[in-house]
Parts: sequence; structure tokens; C-alpha cells
Amino acid sequence: MHPVRKKRLTIILFLLAGLSVAVGLTTYALRQNINVFYDPSEIAAGDAPVDARIRAGGMVEAGSVVRSSEDLTVRFRVTDYAEAVTVQYTGILPDLFAEGQGVVAIGRLQADGTFVAEQVLAKHDENYMPPEVSDSLKKAGHPGSDTGASAEQTGY
Amino acid sequence: MWQFFHKLGSPKWFYGIANRFMPWLFWLGLALLLGGLVWGLAFAPKDYLQGNSYRIIFIHVPSAFLAQSVYVMMAVAGVVTLVWRMKLADLFVKAAAPVGAVLTFLALFTGAVWGKPTWGTWWIWDARLTSMLILLFLYLGVVFLGSAISDEKSSARAVAVLVLVGVVNIPIIKYSVEWWNTLHQPATFKLTEKPSMPAEMWVPLLLSVLGLYLLFGWLACLRMQTEILIRERRTRWVKDFVSTGGH
Repeated sequence: MHPVRKKRLTIILFLLAGLSVAVGLTTYALRQNINVFYDPSEIAAGDAPVDARIRAGGMVEAGSVVRSSEDLTVRFRVTDYAEAVTVQYTGILPDLFAEGQGVVAIGRLQADGTFVAEQVLAKHDENYMPPEVSDSLKKAGHPGSDTGASAEQTGY
Repeated sequence: MWQFFHKLGSPKWFYGIANRFMPWLFWLGLALLLGGLVWGLAFAPKDYLQGNSYRIIFIHVPSAFLAQSVYVMMAVAGVVTLVWRMKLADLFVKAAAPVGAVLTFLALFTGAVWGKPTWGTWWIWDARLTSMLILLFLYLGVVFLGSAISDEKSSARAVAVLVLVGVVNIPIIKYSVEWWNTLHQPATFKLTEKPSMPAEMWVPLLLSVLGLYLLFGWLACLRMQTEILIRERRTRWVKDFVSTGGH
């Protein structure tokens, strides 16, 4: 290769490397702001601010959903399979909301540890399958039919 | 190899060779894309959880995939522009940028349409969606910067530098779903593992991705050819070419 071109190529590679390091350090420093939600372990450890508008995310714990008989209030526990946080929400839940599904709740953490949500978003995982496959998996009692379990293995 | 590389620097040679490839790119690409879309939208099984609304991935994934790989191709062309000063590389960057912008917009739009019923929101400032929005602005920046500078050489260099600066965004888009908590789900397709969807879903998806790749190749060639004719309008071969009616 021509020496002039070699020099240009070296300069470009150095610039790109420097730029990547700069961007890498910036995103690393901002990682807490880039994360869309706190997981229950972080909330249990006290990392999440109380009474500030934050997002909490995780899996809806199986058997934890309690609906109010008077209004649209629903209480459920969100877990990352290590810790869990109780979420209270009044409103219409997205179609995909179900026990064992991932959710992201936007709201405020109360001093008593409950999370009062203004909005609940369903988090979809990367697994797709036809309904017949899902049914037969359920019949066989395979835990993979529960998306919560399979998503956990891949780190939802 | 080097001889081929030098030949590639000649716009006239490229014009001729592109003519030979373009019908193949177009017809094969169209057949694959239509085949993949019809199969995916009408015949593939529905998802056990989302029902039919998941079918938007047959448009969303190919456009998002192409949007990112087009940018990588532009970055490679940007290096070639800066190091070898090859005109054809700059032609490619300018031909591809608007196409990439449209693909990125399509990915964001289909994602929002799918997000509303599935997540419960059109938009969330999570790392994946935000970095994709930055990609759209990068594409638009390349388009506008390229047309703002009238001098051919300085425009080529400025655009190449912008493309190269923006390329750090590509790994951020790709790995955003693994590095940070995002609402967007991780990739269904990984190079090292089996896709987490059955073959009757991923085969049509793969066909549409391949088809869109080929159609992009065709469109890029067509746009480059047009630009070559404009830039070289004063040369003998273009005058001869036009006077014979393009044959």
C-alpha cells in the first residue's frame, strides 16, 4: 500500500478507536440513566429513589395478581426471581399482561415499599411460537410453555 | 485483486458492470421479498401470545436489519473515500444515505405501530429506540451535509467523516438490548444459536431480508448510475452514450 494511504488509514483507525473509547466511557457513566427500569433487586437494595417518578420492571409473579372487586385497581408482585416488589395500578392493562410475563411499570415507589404505577407496559420477549406448539408444551407440563421461565434463562 | 480494485475506481467501468447485474438484483430481490412477505403475512402461523399483530416483524425486522447494515457499508465506503479518494465510494455513500433513512424510518414506524397494542405505548426512550432514532438523524445529516457542500471533493470528505463518526452508534444499537434494561426485547436471531422461533416463521423472514438486500443493491446501483451520468456529463463516453439513446 502507498505510504500516504497507509498513513491516512492509520489516522482514521486511531480516530475511530479514540471515539469508541469516548462513547464507551460516556455510556458507561450514564448507564443508570440509560437503563429503562430498575429491577426488583435494585429496589430492594435501596438503589431506587423513593417518591420520584421511576420505572420498575420484571416478571409478574405467578399467582400474585389480585384484582379489586370495586374498580380497576390491581395489585401484583414483580419479581426478578431474587427479590420482588408489590405494584399497585388502577387502569387498563395491556393485552399481553399476564402472570409470568414481563412488565415495566412507571410510577412512584412509596416509603412502605409498594410501587404505585401510573402506567403499566408489557415487555415482550424474543420467543415466538405457533399457538398449537404452546398448547402442546403446556399439556406436556414443559416449563418452556411459561414464557417467564424460558425468558429468564436468556436473561429477559 | 488490486487491478480489480483500481478498475472499480472508474465510474465508466462501473456503469457497464452495473447494467449487467441490475436485472438479476431486481427480479431476484423482488421475488424473494414478495415471496417472504406473502408467506409471512398470509400463511405463517400466528404467535401464541400476540396473535396476528406479530406479523409486522416481516416488515420491521428486514428494514431495521438493512438500515444498520447499509450504514456499515457506507462506513466502509467512507474509509475508501478518505484513504484511496475513490469517487465511486462517495457515489455509493450518497446513493445509499436516503435509502437508509427511509428504511430506518420504516423500522421506527412499524415498531411504534406494533408497540402500541403489544407494550401499551408508541414510544419509550429506551436505549434501542433512542439509538435507532439517532441513526435516522445520522442518515438525514449525511443527506443534508452532502447536498450543502457544492464542491465535489470537500463534500465527499466531509460526508465520509460524518459517516465514520456515526458508525460507533451501530454496535450501540445492536447490543443496546443486552447492555441495558430496555423495553425492546433481545434479538430473536443470533449468529451462534438457533433462532427462538420455529422455521415456518423465520424462513419467510429470512427470505424478505435477503430480498430487501438485493433490492437495496439494485436501487443503490440505479442511483449511482444516475449520479455518474450527471457528474460525468462533460466526458466523451457519456456524450456518446446519450447520443446513442443509452445503448
